Amino acid sequence: MSQDNIKKWYLDNYNKFEKVIGTDSLNSLRKNAKNDFDSSEFPTKKNEEWKYTSVSPILKHEFIPSPLLANENKILDEIDSYKIPNLETHLLVFINGIFDPNLSSIGKLPDGVIVDSFYNQTQLNSEFIKKYISMNGGRDNSFNLLNNSFTYDGLVVYLPKNKLIEEPIHVLNIAISDESKTLIQPRNLIIAEEHSEAKIITEYIGLTEIEYFTNILTEISVDENANVTFYKIQNETNDAFHIDKTDIIQKESSVFNHFSLSFGGKIARNDINTKLDGENIELHLYGLYLGNEDQHIDHHTFIDHAKPNCESNELYKGILDDKARGVFSGKILVNQIAQKTNAFQSNKSVLLSNDASIDAKPQLEIYADDVKCSHGATVGKLDEQAFFYIRSRGVPEESARSMLIRAFVDDVVSEIKINPLKEKVNHTIFEHLHREEF
Amino acid sequence: MIKIKNLHANVEGNEILRGINLDVNPGEIHAIMGPNGSGKSTLANVLAGHEAYEITEGEILFKEKDIVEMEPDERAREGLFLAFQYPIEIPGVSNSVFLRTALNEIRKHNGEEEISAKDFLNLIKEKSEVLGMDSSLISRSVNEGFSGGEKKRNEILQLLMLDPKLAVLDETDSGLDIDALKIVAHGVNKFKAEDKAVILVTHYQRLLDYIIPDFVHVLYKGKIVKSGDKSLALELEEKGYDWIIKEQPVAV
Repeated sequence: MSQDNIKKWYLDNYNKFEKVIGTDSLNSLRKNAKNDFDSSEFPTKKNEEWKYTSVSPILKHEFIPSPLLANENKILDEIDSYKIPNLETHLLVFINGIFDPNLSSIGKLPDGVIVDSFYNQTQLNSEFIKKYISMNGGRDNSFNLLNNSFTYDGLVVYLPKNKLIEEPIHVLNIAISDESKTLIQPRNLIIAEEHSEAKIITEYIGLTEIEYFTNILTEISVDENANVTFYKIQNETNDAFHIDKTDIIQKESSVFNHFSLSFGGKIARNDINTKLDGENIELHLYGLYLGNEDQHIDHHTFIDHAKPNCESNELYKGILDDKARGVFSGKILVNQIAQKTNAFQSNKSVLLSNDASIDAKPQLEIYADDVKCSHGATVGKLDEQAFFYIRSRGVPEESARSMLIRAFVDDVVSEIKINPLKEKVNHTIFEHLHREEF
Repeated sequence: MIKIKNLHANVEGNEILRGINLDVNPGEIHAIMGPNGSGKSTLANVLAGHEAYEITEGEILFKEKDIVEMEPDERAREGLFLAFQYPIEIPGVSNSVFLRTALNEIRKHNGEEEISAKDFLNLIKEKSEVLGMDSSLISRSVNEGFSGGEKKRNEILQLLMLDPKLAVLDETDSGLDIDALKIVAHGVNKFKAEDKAVILVTHYQRLLDYIIPDFVHVLYKGKIVKSGDKSLALELEEKGYDWIIKEQPVAV
């Protein structure tokens, strides 16, 4: 299908969507996005940022935006089995991108704190939504505009000054459509005011055999002295398409940790853009990508050191098996005034088969002279000497390989400070690689 | 216990072992000494089945079975153990999980039941005490953040836990201070028994003050060029290796 045809498909769907929604506070935002979408082009490999990832397989399908689909009433009675064992959370469940209050259990929250669906908040609190939405702006491509055109539901977290949520927020996004090829477009907004603190786990899973497309926009604002940890677990099916753009703005003395743990997707693309817009900021970006079969998993990160005395730490690791392909592009920009910046980036990949591959592209752009910056990228096989060591103790080949996988991912996994989540992630790693767990 | 006959081995096409013959019987301790580059570590690694070494000729009979074609893990389950010169760190895998997995594989191979968690804990505590190791180490990742001495001690802990028939110690003494050396030697002496054998690969005589060998062999250019009792080690300590090298026929 040509670019024009698929654009027309989504524009036609927009007209239907507009009728379904009627008039609400976000009409003009959607309409502007739709017009921008109309005049935009989907990225091609000629675009430097998309050099290693072709989106044309995504454009071959006519996905139906999920708000237009009748509720399939698929009963999900086993919701408990998707909870994280041994962990109390504030749980929000989204089915095909639409909040399901019956499956969710948000529980008690401190006064003034909002943890809710985006749709509910546009109804109850539209001024708040309008104040913060699209705060970052820019860097939008057709996919982001497509999401914006259909802005409907997603996660909203608002932490007023000095508020702390102790239990993690767990957001479970489940794709279940068995009948239609569905376009699921979460619109997530997270606002952490001064001295607030929260941990958010967003998880994407698919329980369907047919193709679907998850296209996410997430905006996160971390104010002065706030401390936010954001875990994203992408465990879509291997037939799903997944595009995610996450924009983060941090203010003075804030701490932000981001984990991108990518398992699923036929094509999965993550753009994580952070702006360090204050002094003494600490940022950690961790990533894991585990590909098998013919998966294509792409991470593009961008760190904008806009102010002095900040520290960013980035560690991305990947294991690629079969014919899987990985992409890591990590750009760090240190502005002229951003003196005393510490920026470290490391990307390591292991290829378990001869047909697997990775394109790694670290980029440092430094305009300040008093900085400490480093980056490194390595690609290799599992450590053969370590493999011999483990086997020399009587451990068979397969178990030894699993131990090495555990060892390889450990410096990312051990940074997950929520133990039940760490267990779950470890479990998912071995499950996804079809290997015995260690 | 082990009979090595005319063993030749290559690494990356270079012949390192050029016809080793060695017989080790149960209850014996053999020391393999020799100058750097003589092939000592190669011999240790070849015995354990390292894939980087290609055996081109000869045989290795371990408990009367030819093990040349055996995978490293099979050899270990048969009762062969190599203490590494440079033990490997395995982050994210605890000592207890690692050792319990290995031990159970060996037990399974011997037709024994898996060890219970309780028995395992008692066993590892008992063996750690022999080596003066803190029991908190059990839950730490294998060798991660260990000092050189701690790593060597951990090799001996693994030896005592897995309780093989034949222990090959590859320069276990290197990098150890005298106190650590004594502890390691104590561990090896605990292992020593009538039905066990030890091959000690070492560059220095020092370790042999604490672990008394029954035989000492000098390896030079991939061959055993001299064998004797423990007095040979003392002689080497005093005179170095040059006098043995000079005794060798000049290659034509």
